[in-house]
Amino acid sequence: MTSTVMWRRLAGNAEAAGGLVLLSALFLLAFAGPHLTKWDYADVDYAAFSTPPSAGHWFGTTPDGRDVYALTLRGMRRSLVIGLLVASISTTAAAVAGTVAGFRGGWADRLLTGAADLLLVLPTFLVVAIVSPLFHGGSWPLVAAVLAGLLWMITARVVRGMTISLKEREYVLAARYMGVSPVVIIVRHIVPHVASLLIVDAAMSVSAGIVAETGLSCFGFGVQPPDSSLGTVIADGTAAAVSYPWMFWFAAGLLVLIVLAVNLVGDGLRDALDPGSAPRRGR
Amino acid sequence: MAYLLRRLAGQVLLVALAASLAYLLAAASLHPRANFEGRNPRPPQRVVDAELTKANLNDKTPLPVRYAVWAYGVVRGDFGRTWDGASVNAELGRRIGVSLRLVLVGGLLGGVLGVALGAYGAIRRYRLGDRLTTAGSFAVLAIPAFVLAVLLQFGAQWLNAVTGMRIFGYAGEYTPGQTGGAFADLGDRLRHLVLPTLTIVLGQVAVYSRYLRNTMLDVLHADFVRTARAKGLRRRTALVRHALRIALIPVATYVAYNLGLLLTGTIFTEKVFGRHGMGEWLIDSIARGDVNVVAAIACCTALFVLAAGLLADALSVLLDPRVRG
Repeated sequence: MTSTVMWRRLAGNAEAAGGLVLLSALFLLAFAGPHLTKWDYADVDYAAFSTPPSAGHWFGTTPDGRDVYALTLRGMRRSLVIGLLVASISTTAAAVAGTVAGFRGGWADRLLTGAADLLLVLPTFLVVAIVSPLFHGGSWPLVAAVLAGLLWMITARVVRGMTISLKEREYVLAARYMGVSPVVIIVRHIVPHVASLLIVDAAMSVSAGIVAETGLSCFGFGVQPPDSSLGTVIADGTAAAVSYPWMFWFAAGLLVLIVLAVNLVGDGLRDALDPGSAPRRGR
Repeated sequence: MAYLLRRLAGQVLLVALAASLAYLLAAASLHPRANFEGRNPRPPQRVVDAELTKANLNDKTPLPVRYAVWAYGVVRGDFGRTWDGASVNAELGRRIGVSLRLVLVGGLLGGVLGVALGAYGAIRRYRLGDRLTTAGSFAVLAIPAFVLAVLLQFGAQWLNAVTGMRIFGYAGEYTPGQTGGAFADLGDRLRHLVLPTLTIVLGQVAVYSRYLRNTMLDVLHADFVRTARAKGLRRRTALVRHALRIALIPVATYVAYNLGLLLTGTIFTEKVFGRHGMGEWLIDSIARGDVNVVAAIACCTALFVLAAGLLADALSVLLDPRVRG
C-alpha cells in the first residue's frame, strides 16, 4: 500500500485526525510552551507559596514556590521523549528478532519463543522495579532502554508467525533458490509485508511506553530525581493533593490526553493500514 | 495425556526459570545492607554481617551460594526470611488473600461485564449505546491505573463530603476502632473494598469490551449464525449460543496477554488505597532491598499467570466446537 493512500484514509478517519491534531498540539505545548512564561522550573518565587492557578503562574505554584506549569512541561517533555524512544527501540527489535527467528528457525526461534513466554509470566512492572536501583543517578535513557527491552517480545512473536508463513510464498522461495542472501530477502521481501503491523505496533508502543514509564516513576522505580517525568510530577501532586491539588490535576490531565491522542492515532492507523479491520459500513 | 503431562512439565520449568531470574536480578541489584547502615547509632560491622547471613542476604557471600541456599529452601516450600528476620511464608499467607480477593473479583467481574458490553456494542453498532460504550472505554483506556485510583479516591472524598456520610472507604481495609458487631464490621470491610475493585473492574471492562466488540463483529454476519436463524432459532438465542460463543474463543487466548495489565493495576490499586496485599508488599520490599520477599512474590505471580493460562485454555476447549468434536 502506498503511503498516500494511508494518509488519505487516516485523514478521512475523524477520530484519528482528531488524535493527530491533539498530539501535535501536545508536542507543541511541551517543547514551545516553556518559552511562553518567564518562569523556569528551577526558579523559586518567594512571593507565591502554594498559590492556585493565576495570571502569573498558570498552573499555580508548589509549597516551595516553584512554577507548576514549568515543572509539568519539563516532566512532559521527558515522558514524551521516553515514549518515542521506547517505541522506536522495541519495534526495531521486534522486527529484527521476529523476522530472523521466523526465517532461520532453529535455536534463534526457540530462544525468542522462550524469552517471550518468560516475559508473559513475569509482568514488566515487576522486572523493571527489581532492577530500578540501576536508575539511581539520573540516567533516564537507561529507563527507556530497559522498558524497550521488555516490551518487544509479543510483537516479535507475531512477526515471527507472519514470517514463517511468508517464507513458503513463491517469490520468497524463488529468491532463495536464486541464491539471494537471507538478509536481502528479509529486508526486501519480508519486512514490507509486516510493515503495516509494525507501524501500528510502534504507535501503540508509544502509549504503552509512556504509561509504563509514568507508572514506574510515580512509585519511585523509573526516572529518578533530580530528573523528572510526568510520573514523578503526579507522585508529588498526589502526596500533597489536599493542600495543592492543581499539581496533580494538570499533570494527570496532560498524561491522559497524551495517551488518548496516541491511542486514537494508533486505532486510526490500524483501520487505514488493514482493510480487514476497517469499519465495514457497507454491510 | 502424554501431551498434557509434557505441557505441565514445561509450565513447571517456566515457573522455576521465572522465579530464579527474579531472584538473581533482585539479589544482584538490591542492597539490604543499606537498611543497617542507615541506622543511628550504626550497628557494628560484625553484627550486620551476622544478621544478613542469617537471612541469606549477605552480599559478601558469593551469589551462586546464596542462590543455592535460596533454591534449596524454595524446593522444600520455604521462601526464607525478610531482612529483619521474620518468616516470608507467614507474611505471604497473610497477604495473599487480600490480593487474590481483589484480583479474582476484579478480574472476573471485569471480564464478564466487558464481554457483555462488547457484545452489546457489536450488536448495536453505531447506535447511541455503542457509541457511548466505545467512547467510555477509550476514555478509561487512556487513564493509567495509578491515576484512575487517585481519581476515584477524590470522587469518594467529594461524595462523602457532599452527603455528609461515609459511603465509601478509600484508605485501608477497614475503619480502625469500628464497633457494632460482626455485621457492621462486614459492611465496613465491603465499603472499603468497593473502590479498589472498581479501579480494577473499569480497566478490565474497557480492555475486554474493545476486544470482544471486534471479534463479535467478525462473526456476526457469518454463515453459521444465519443458518442458526434460518432453522428457526430466535435472534437472541442465535446470537448468544452461536455468535458469542465463537467470538469468545480468541478472547480466551487474549486473557494471558492481559494478565500483566491486571496484576500491575492491582499493585497500583493496593498501594494507593492502602490495602496490605502483595502489591504493596512488593513496592515496600524493593525499597527495603528485601530479596527473598521479591523472589517469593515473583514466584506467586508466575504461578498465578500459569494457572490463569491453563484456565483460559480449558475455557477455549469448552467453547470451540471443532476441538470438542
